[in-house]
Amino acid sequence: MPGKLKVKIVAGRHLPVMDRASDLTDAFVEVKFGNTTFKTDVYLKSLNPQWNSEWFKFEVDDEDLQDEPLQITVLDHDTYSANDAIGKVYIDIDPLLYSEAATVISGWFPIYDTIHGIRGEINVVVKVDLFNDLNRFRQSSCGVKFFCTTSIPKCYRAVIIHGFVEELVVNEDPEYQWIDRIRTPRASNEARQRLISLMSGELQRKIGLKVLEMRGNAVVGYLQCFDLEGESGLVVRAIGTACTLDKLSSPAAFLPACNSPSKEMKESPLAHPPSHGCRSTHNSPIHTATGSRLTQNFSVSVPTLIYTGMGSGSAGKEGGPFKALLRQQTQSALEQREFPFFTLTAFPPGFLVHVGGVVSARSVKLLDRIHNPDEPETRDAWWAEIRQEIKSHAKALGCHAVVGYSESTSICEEVCILSASGTAAVLNPRFLQDGTVEGCLEQRIEENLPAGCGFCHIPYDELNMPFPAHLTYCYNCRKQKVPDVLFTTIDLPTDATVVGKGCLIQARLCRLKKKAQAEANATAISNLLPFMEYEVHTQLMNKLKLKGMNALFGLRIQITVGENMLMGLASATAVYLAALPMPGGIQIAGKTPSDGSYEQHISHMQKKISDTIAKNKELYEINPPEISEEIIGSPIPEPKQRSRLLRSQSESSDEVTELDLSHGKKDAFVLEIDDTDAMEDVHSLLTDVPPPSGFYSCNTEIMPGINNWTSEIQMFTSVRVIRLSSLNLTNQALNKNFNDLCENLLKSLYFKLRSMIPCCLCHVNFTVSLPEDELIQVTVTAVAITFDKNQALQTTKTHIEKSLQRASTDNEELLQFPLELCSDSLPSHPFPPAKAVTVEKASPMGEGNFRNRSAPPCANSTVGVVKMTPLSFIPGAKITKYLGIINMFFIRETTSLREEGGVSGFLHAFIAEVFAMVRAHVAALGGNAVVSYIMKQCVFMENPNKNQAQCLINVSGDAVIFVRESELEVISTQQPTANCQQSCAGGEVTT
Amino acid sequence: MTSELDIFVGNTTLIDEEVYRLWLDGYSVSDAVALRVRAGILEQTGATAAVLQSDTMDHYRTFHMLERLLHAPPKLLHQLVFQIPPSRQALLIERYYAFDEAFVREVLGKKLSKGTKKDLDDISAKTGITLKSCRRQFDNFKRVFKVVEEMRGSLADNIQQHFLFSDRLARDYAAIVFFANNRFETAKKKLQYLSFGDFAFCAELMIQNWTLGAVGEAPSKPDSQVDDMDMDLDKEFLQDLKELKVLVADKDLLDLHKSLVCTALRGKLGVFSEMEANFKPPAPQNLSRGLVNVAAKLTHNKDVRDLFVDLVEKFVEPCRSDHWPLGDVRLFLNQYSVTVHSLDGFRHQALWDRYMDTLRGCLLRLYHD
Repeated sequence: MPGKLKVKIVAGRHLPVMDRASDLTDAFVEVKFGNTTFKTDVYLKSLNPQWNSEWFKFEVDDEDLQDEPLQITVLDHDTYSANDAIGKVYIDIDPLLYSEAATVISGWFPIYDTIHGIRGEINVVVKVDLFNDLNRFRQSSCGVKFFCTTSIPKCYRAVIIHGFVEELVVNEDPEYQWIDRIRTPRASNEARQRLISLMSGELQRKIGLKVLEMRGNAVVGYLQCFDLEGESGLVVRAIGTACTLDKLSSPAAFLPACNSPSKEMKESPLAHPPSHGCRSTHNSPIHTATGSRLTQNFSVSVPTLIYTGMGSGSAGKEGGPFKALLRQQTQSALEQREFPFFTLTAFPPGFLVHVGGVVSARSVKLLDRIHNPDEPETRDAWWAEIRQEIKSHAKALGCHAVVGYSESTSICEEVCILSASGTAAVLNPRFLQDGTVEGCLEQRIEENLPAGCGFCHIPYDELNMPFPAHLTYCYNCRKQKVPDVLFTTIDLPTDATVVGKGCLIQARLCRLKKKAQAEANATAISNLLPFMEYEVHTQLMNKLKLKGMNALFGLRIQITVGENMLMGLASATAVYLAALPMPGGIQIAGKTPSDGSYEQHISHMQKKISDTIAKNKELYEINPPEISEEIIGSPIPEPKQRSRLLRSQSESSDEVTELDLSHGKKDAFVLEIDDTDAMEDVHSLLTDVPPPSGFYSCNTEIMPGINNWTSEIQMFTSVRVIRLSSLNLTNQALNKNFNDLCENLLKSLYFKLRSMIPCCLCHVNFTVSLPEDELIQVTVTAVAITFDKNQALQTTKTHIEKSLQRASTDNEELLQFPLELCSDSLPSHPFPPAKAVTVEKASPMGEGNFRNRSAPPCANSTVGVVKMTPLSFIPGAKITKYLGIINMFFIRETTSLREEGGVSGFLHAFIAEVFAMVRAHVAALGGNAVVSYIMKQCVFMENPNKNQAQCLINVSGDAVIFVRESELEVISTQQPTANCQQSCAGGEVTT
Repeated sequence: MTSELDIFVGNTTLIDEEVYRLWLDGYSVSDAVALRVRAGILEQTGATAAVLQSDTMDHYRTFHMLERLLHAPPKLLHQLVFQIPPSRQALLIERYYAFDEAFVREVLGKKLSKGTKKDLDDISAKTGITLKSCRRQFDNFKRVFKVVEEMRGSLADNIQQHFLFSDRLARDYAAIVFFANNRFETAKKKLQYLSFGDFAFCAELMIQNWTLGAVGEAPSKPDSQVDDMDMDLDKEFLQDLKELKVLVADKDLLDLHKSLVCTALRGKLGVFSEMEANFKPPAPQNLSRGLVNVAAKLTHNKDVRDLFVDLVEKFVEPCRSDHWPLGDVRLFLNQYSVTVHSLDGFRHQALWDRYMDTLRGCLLRLYHD
């Protein structure tokens, strides 16, 4: 019995009227944990009851503490009939189980009902007393910290990065149990919410055990997803990276990488002058793996693509032996591991040695009922198979590890596509084991790794490439070979040398398929998949060239399966890496050159494309330093690669000289227009409208080339569903609809956020789903951050001045159109380390009184501001504490869709409520922000004829406390009082 | 391809002031889009009409969700669903409860009942304000009235606390509630020249001096049945006003009063002769008689309602027809009320001051073209 959970119910407010006669409510509260339930007294006739209960104490195993959520139910007492439920609050007490996180959960929680939404709020205080348990065979893993952030959290240092942890648990979905036919939708929804909460807890505990086994103390890049397999069950699965983390004691000791990453971006300008000669090459980066068949189930493993792969070995004379040594070492460190995968997307300096390219694997499975929930072997085997495939792809690229690794599923009826992708890489062994590999070798390795371009160097054998590729000597160090294009799933390394700014690139694709059953359906899908991947890749490549850039980061390809179609959506952030060669242009070649007008048309198109490239180069400020041809030297002779299927060919430079307009002797990407499809492809290339001036967008953490963020941020979620009108859809029409949907959505975002200009949409995350036959749903979550056009943060001194200036400009903006609740002049998050202040400020909602009545109106909101961002940091601020992960799952259902404003009104309200519940939980933990926030699932189903709709949302993130940098500076200059005054003057009021 | 669903939810709720204004003005989404297009927003931003339509719908939906909270502004402050900066919350409330001058002049002094609500169609047609906006404004008046009518204490303060208005708006609403409660007639043709501001000014003076709350009696009489001290006129005071009749009924007093006023103002007044003539008993436009009679009649509810009509008929119009400059009116009224203190035979000095100080302020405000 190693833990005591204590709960106190303080008060309620804004309760709904439950008794029509008196317009009041007789409310009481049930507090349930595990199988124990306590009740408060009934507080008669009030919408703002003050229960002020005793401490309810639960004595429980820490295993239960990890698995079970605390369940608080608010009810209306009824003497004559059954008590009516007002709503519930589920509180995950996990953050209280490790010492460095929160110590108390206290605050106002929205009371949530799956039918009515939020119905008032309840003030709750929760504490946990943990007793030390020395039992070696314990089943709990209390004390293991979890982070959604896919980099080393800001106030920690990675001692060892152990590697991949994964787990999945399965259960029957309550929605599909026989009992669901007789119980109310509310009961069914609540059973589901509770089950998923329970399964999440169990999953987390099991992963924690694995981490302890590896002697780690934390999981970073924790990604938990659930698969609603319908009849066949409910799968909750998670992956993460086990680490041993050390807390950094003083805030001054933050690694540079731990500040807002923006700051050190600028420290790596184009300061690496070219020295040696390089040779120009080209690659057509496709690698195909063969399919296999599983025995226990029908399954088709899909030909897999490896996007940009490079060899290793004989790149440079000096580099060779070290590389070999390095590989030996790292291999020994990684070989014991089944899967040398890392869910991280950003790494400590020196961790990432080389990047091979994107590796991905997909597999189509037929779902069948999970017979024994305790042994989810089938699902485990499915994933193991895919991971093996990924591992072998990485090996083919001369890499021993996969970073930026993620897994996903798409389910339609009984067909499920499992996908995994990551970036093959060579890692520095130093971080992988317990400091055994120290000494001269490591130093020499590091000496040999030039900053800013090392990760681009090919990790595989040039003479034994898995596919034809163009290699050149690195444009940065001139010593090692680099590919001409690099695709990765990770964030841009902070020390990478980038020219100009980056931009968001999307490839969008739809393919119709016939409706089919079971195996025929799975076969049809798996036959389509390789073509889709291929086209998505071609689109990405074309669009990349059109932007005049040469590398993709944060690449995420989502394939969604529906009844009668497949959708592919790839998003990535394109940049120009200084180490890679300048991309060639795009050449258009007609198939029938005899026709005069046709030729004219072709040349017209060609001109348009060339103009676009030139315009983009200007727009994104891509002016790489000129390198004369003599230095570059002659190209390495390599086998020419031709592929009819692709309609894209690599042509060596001399063949295309006549057509080449402006790109000198660079290789051009040739698009051969031989049919209408190809014509359309070229058209679609040109239809992507660049964002309006003042706007940038990327799907990585930060935008390369922008480093002067202000503190104004706005996180948002936008959802669109379109109904495809005609029944005889063609692929072209479908593509156009999908393209328009995405483009219009982006345009709307730019319009909505126009007051934030100059601004960048960061971490733009598109999710596509096909809820019904003719419906396409696109969900976007991103954060808009305003940046300062003129000022680049340079020294601390000017920084202070700037923050003052910024404060004044923020003030002006506030009058016009302020989007954020706090600006520097209105510091709503003053968390000065001064102990006296911290607690009150941390949970401004923690007290339940209404003192504002006597105070001037509106100046005193008792609701504390909580920022939300999908990024791992908050611009202009330092994260001082991680309070634990937020992982919440909600269901909302309605049987009065029209009355709630139709589907839009219903979903709008629900998402706003989800945000509110996340904020309330964070505030109750004492936090003022959620970082690495992600909406993992937004499943929306409607039945307008029955006036019904249902939606499931799953969100997660890390609750943190942050302090504004400007405030830190004030504190560091020994003026805590000034800081306090400032914050008081700024309108901050604590109740 | 049709958009089935199209939403945008920010962690901080986006409020577009322009769209908010259109929504408050009662325009439909399509009208609002058309108005925004006409304002040139497409050219400024390079957006398409579809984008504008989607944006407008989105804002309208947000406002619709916020409206429930705006009905009880403290709820807006405490709710957790919409994260809105305090300055924006204040703006939302202030604009929501703002009213049109043309509308308030139609409704001022009318009972805020269903009957009046039925007339909103006519008001809408007459003023050109959309019916939707009229309804919102009317409901706002009624809501504020309902909340504060049973409350003790200062009317404006109560309003401010329960609706979180700015000072200015709280005082305006105090006037509206006060007028609605006392049903002062403001719609007569001869009162049309008066603005809401004129009435609000008078209301404030009357609340300050003529209500129960004004004399601070209530706390000493906790058992009194009078709850809404600031809303109802002090009945005893109105009864007492009858005593002032002596000023015109008693010939000696009247003459003395007249001579004192005339002596003091001789040479200072451009309209001296007209003023003097007005003191004569048989004169049809006897100013003094008019003012005192107004006071004496205030015992009847009907006459209370006609207060402003009487003031304009008995004082403003006569002076105006004689072309009194405002300065002269002020001098006269000052002298007229001050000299009563020198009338030895007159015992109701305090009563006179309470009546006349307020009335003087009102008359000066009402005296314009």
